Amino acid sequence: MLGLVAAALIVIGLYTDWLQPLRERAADLAAPFYWITGAPERVGDWAGEQLRTREELLEENSRLKRQILLLEQRSQLLAAVKAENTQLKELMNSAESVDERVLVAQVIGVSPDPLQHVLMIDKGRDDGVQQGTPIMDASGLLGQVIEAGDSVSRVLLITDASHALPVQVLRNSVRAVAEGTGDLYRLKLRHLANTSDIREGDLLLSSGLGGRFPAGYPVGEVISVKRDPGRAFAEVEVLPRGRMNRSRFVLAVISEGEPSGGGE
Amino acid sequence: MEANNRWFIAVTVLMALLLAVMPLPQNWLWFRPAFTALLVIFWVSRMPQSLGVGFAWVVGLLEDLVTGATLGTHALALAVLAYFSLLTYRRTRAFNPAQQLLWVFVLVGINQVAGNWVHSLAGKPVPGLTFLWPAVTSALLWPWMAPWLELTAGRLQVR
Repeated sequence: MLGLVAAALIVIGLYTDWLQPLRERAADLAAPFYWITGAPERVGDWAGEQLRTREELLEENSRLKRQILLLEQRSQLLAAVKAENTQLKELMNSAESVDERVLVAQVIGVSPDPLQHVLMIDKGRDDGVQQGTPIMDASGLLGQVIEAGDSVSRVLLITDASHALPVQVLRNSVRAVAEGTGDLYRLKLRHLANTSDIREGDLLLSSGLGGRFPAGYPVGEVISVKRDPGRAFAEVEVLPRGRMNRSRFVLAVISEGEPSGGGE
Repeated sequence: MEANNRWFIAVTVLMALLLAVMPLPQNWLWFRPAFTALLVIFWVSRMPQSLGVGFAWVVGLLEDLVTGATLGTHALALAVLAYFSLLTYRRTRAFNPAQQLLWVFVLVGINQVAGNWVHSLAGKPVPGLTFLWPAVTSALLWPWMAPWLELTAGRLQVR
């Protein structure tokens, strides 16, 4: 009897999203568990911070200052480019670009199931995170929120075997779909014709098609292209840019204004 | 009504859930023992009159909620596990340690197979027999965990 109930739950959970609200409450409920089991790691981090020598801190400080200087200079350039871009877009009467707010979140847990690439972050609905919010780190796209609780949410990484996202090649805007493989260091491009112009070293950006991810964020780099004349499609492997299992802090990209439609 | 110290069961379940989500290096994740499964085997064989399939089902559902797995995955697996433990607890009590170890391997293996069905249903690729590793580590953990639990439960007179 209970077995039947469990089986029914599984089927409902897999093929419908009726259980979504329950799962979002569960994210809040589960947070303390991840918080407690993460404690040793945090203590280690804290000790590492406290036990650093004065020289190390001074050195880091000056390094960070230099970096800030560089980044500020770059962002000034960007401001000019952005203004020009808006002007040009206005001239072309194209749709207004959505303003994005970026929120820093801390990773508080990792899914215990090796088949599931899911992170838990310490930001939720209260902070504006919702289902579908894209998550990235300093170097690239990481994934998207699948369950947003009140104060924590679960993030599905783009390397999860059930994840796919639309991308395009920076060099020539060839479009493709990058699929997770279940391996933290591999994505695969689905259904890319043998003749398409793609080579090793090409940088892939999110294309913004599908409306889930904003356009133009780096996703990964092509590391191998296999073309077998006997097959319809090329086999393209991609190394994701985001550091899937090493990021402590991640960025949640929250689009202001009306949500741009959550297409699947 | 006298105290039966049932709270100890809840404490062990909480500990098992904590261990179940404890962060491990990516490569070690495959070898994490199925702590909740071990716990269900232990409690069901110790108190078969009061703890059974329902207890296992609730523990499993809690694990699903905490780990974020498809709801019902662990509930189903642990319920099946509890059913088999109930069928066999009379014999397993008479087993010598080596036999017990082997039997735990088989039981946790059944648990893993049930969980694996759900994974395949969800379309996740399961590489070979790797999903059975937790059964091996769980069986190896059993000879350490069971006596400790037995001792503590005996001292607290959990009934």
